[in-house]
Amino acid sequence: MDSSCNCIEPQWPPDDLLMKYQYISDFFIALAYFSIPLELIYFVKKSAVFPYRWVIVQFGAFIVLCGTTHLINLWTFTLHTRTVAMVMMTAKVFTAVVSCVTALMLVHIIPDLLSVKTRELFLKNKAAELDREMGLIRTQEETGRHVRMLTHEIRSTLDRHTILKTTLVELGRTLALEECALWMPTRTGLELQLSYTLRQQNPVGYTVPIHLPVINQVFSSSHAVKISPNCPVARIRPAGKYMPGEVVAARVPLLHLSNFHINDWPELSTKRYALMVLMLPSDSARQWHVHELELVEVVADQVAVALSHAAILEESMRARDLLMEQNVALDLARREAEMAIRARNDFLAVLNHEMRTPMHAIIALSSLLQETELTPEQRLMVETILKSSNLLSTLINDVLDLSRLEDGSLQLDLGTFNLYVVFREVLNLIKPIASVKKLHVSLNLAPDLPEYAIGDEMRLMQTILNVVGNAVKFSKDGSITITAFVAKAELLSDSRNPEFFPVPSDNHFYLRVQVKDSGIGISPQDLPKLFTKFAQNQSTATQNSGGSGLGLAICKRFVNLMEGHIWIESEGLGKGSTAIFMVKLGIPERLNESKLAFMPKVPPNHGPTAFPGLKVLVMDENGVSRKVTKGLLVHLGCDVTMVSSSEECLRVVSNEHKVVFMDFCTPGMDGYEIAIRMHEKFTKRHERPIIVALTGNTDKVTKESCMRVGMDGVILKPVSLDKMRSVLSDLLEHRVLFEAI
Amino acid sequence: MDLVQLQRQLVDYKTSLYNEGFLDEQFTQLQELQDENNPDFVVEVVSLFFEDSERLLNELTKALEQQSVDFKRVDAHVHQLKGSSSSIGAQRVQKVCIAFRNYCEEQNIEGCVKCLQQVRHEYSLVKTKLESMFQLQQQILSAGGSIPM
Repeated sequence: MDSSCNCIEPQWPPDDLLMKYQYISDFFIALAYFSIPLELIYFVKKSAVFPYRWVIVQFGAFIVLCGTTHLINLWTFTLHTRTVAMVMMTAKVFTAVVSCVTALMLVHIIPDLLSVKTRELFLKNKAAELDREMGLIRTQEETGRHVRMLTHEIRSTLDRHTILKTTLVELGRTLALEECALWMPTRTGLELQLSYTLRQQNPVGYTVPIHLPVINQVFSSSHAVKISPNCPVARIRPAGKYMPGEVVAARVPLLHLSNFHINDWPELSTKRYALMVLMLPSDSARQWHVHELELVEVVADQVAVALSHAAILEESMRARDLLMEQNVALDLARREAEMAIRARNDFLAVLNHEMRTPMHAIIALSSLLQETELTPEQRLMVETILKSSNLLSTLINDVLDLSRLEDGSLQLDLGTFNLYVVFREVLNLIKPIASVKKLHVSLNLAPDLPEYAIGDEMRLMQTILNVVGNAVKFSKDGSITITAFVAKAELLSDSRNPEFFPVPSDNHFYLRVQVKDSGIGISPQDLPKLFTKFAQNQSTATQNSGGSGLGLAICKRFVNLMEGHIWIESEGLGKGSTAIFMVKLGIPERLNESKLAFMPKVPPNHGPTAFPGLKVLVMDENGVSRKVTKGLLVHLGCDVTMVSSSEECLRVVSNEHKVVFMDFCTPGMDGYEIAIRMHEKFTKRHERPIIVALTGNTDKVTKESCMRVGMDGVILKPVSLDKMRSVLSDLLEHRVLFEAI
Repeated sequence: MDLVQLQRQLVDYKTSLYNEGFLDEQFTQLQELQDENNPDFVVEVVSLFFEDSERLLNELTKALEQQSVDFKRVDAHVHQLKGSSSSIGAQRVQKVCIAFRNYCEEQNIEGCVKCLQQVRHEYSLVKTKLESMFQLQQQILSAGGSIPM
């Protein structure tokens, strides 16, 4: 050997074949070892989510170094230099280091990787589960949608048949049914009748007894129940060759009002049901799913509600028709009643008139007869005739009045009248009769009783007359006292008649009249009957008591019309009685007597002679304007004297002249002086004429100076006719007028 | 010309007098005062006005021709004229009188003279108008009709 060669000899002698294989293997190992990391890098680069990059790097390094080692090994098979050996050694050292590090690393990493795998599996399971749930929810939602749609369809109509038909159609469509049918309970309630089907257009009226076990089963459960296709309710379609599909039945509660027929069978349970039968298509191998069953149940309930609505509608329509009929009938009856009343009134009017004429003749001629020479018997007979015919005449009047009062067609004739006069007239009318019976009649009118009132004078007088007449009639001797006063608030409410709550107001007052007599009195049990018509006191049906018993009834009606109340008090038979009534009267606005004598105010459209004969003096220097003023006043009916100067004015004026019109705007004419002189001339105020200045001056100074000198008024020229008229009336009323200047 | 046409003519004429300011509501008032008791009231008043105004205008002319004008007198006359014209509703005359009085207060002779001329002019205008109106009325009355108000 050469000692200069620093080479290392391999440990074992080179065996050619062995060596060759080793050589090749090493080569391939190296190749593999180099390509694996490349592949790793390539694929890791491709995938974006690999979290252990640095592990790959480590691994790659490890593999690369291994590869390098094996590669370098190739050179060590033959004689190789020291350098190669060194390189080999370095490579091996590095490889060793990296491998150890990697090995250590893997201890940590592999459990993580494994757990990743577990998590992956777990997540996959979870995803599958969620998928399932999603599927469920979706189907539920589908169901819900179908139900809503169905409900909407069902509820969109109020017609019973449409509801049921729509239900079946929609159900059939939604669930893709072969057949669905509705069985309704019959009137007797013992059978179920096939009422509606989907496919078969005309159900045959096929009935099935209601107490079949399968039906009971369905009715007792609130859910849809699967029934056998062979049971009677399901055998609606002719049996085909194929397997019939599954059948489900649900109960439809029929609420009370929705009964097709009136339910008056007490032995039946209060809940009646109809049966809904649904059939899946035959040989479709479909099964009823839970959500479909739920759908059916919901629909059944909705149908029940819709049916009850339809029933309610029918009811109300029927009720309305009934009401309309009744209305028409009532209207007819009312018209007939009105016609009857009119006929009666006409009859009464005719009767009245026809009876009065001969009545009148009888009365007139009888009274004439009375005036002639008669024997006492004849006189007696004539008197009886007269009395009877008077009675009859009164009866006719009363009957007519009462009938008008009864049907409310009587209305008060309101007007302003003198209350005192009414009482005095009654007194005058009753005095002769009373004096014949030696009865003393006295009238007490309260001082605060208004002189004038608004009401129905005629009827008030009639009432008072009737009451006083009764008092006279039923008294044989003694005295009759009539008292009238304004009812005070405390006395207004009467315990006898609690509904009578008179409320005095500003323009109304309650007149209370009491007629006390010392006559036969009335027993307590007769008191209530007094005001009922035709009821007579049997005990007093003497000759003297005329009257049909209508009088008080009529008075009561009148008093009621006047918003009042009438009653009679008596302490018993023989103790006299007091008739009391209160009526509501209006208070007229202006209680000024003089105003009532003439028109209350001079109306502007009254005739030209509004101031007839009023003596007036006109002083104006200007001829034209004097003439115009005179024309105005003459047109108003005044008696005009004209003067053209102040001296003439003072000369002519006298206390006959009521007004002096002075034209004031003439310069040099001292109107003030005239006024002063006039004041001097007429010292007493009532003698002095009213002095009025006519001026065209529109300043305050003029007005003030006029007032200062004692003018009673200032008027602005030009004066129109209406202005002159109103001015004169105001002047005469107030004696002063200062027009706003 | 027939009655209806005459009446319509009268109405139109009167309306034009009002519209042009020759007459105002005072004239209407005068017409209202005319009735059966006073059938010629308006004509009487207007004639009186004509007389009065002629007199006053003459007085005014004389007064203003004087060497030393007595404005107080002039004013008095104008005042009278103003009063008369306003009494019958001769609006334009009245307006000129008002202006006339102002000039009198200022003692402005030229103004017064000018105003006098104006017053004469307005007066003659309104006089002619009123006279033709009365003529028309007379025609209607003689044709048997009635005066439309």
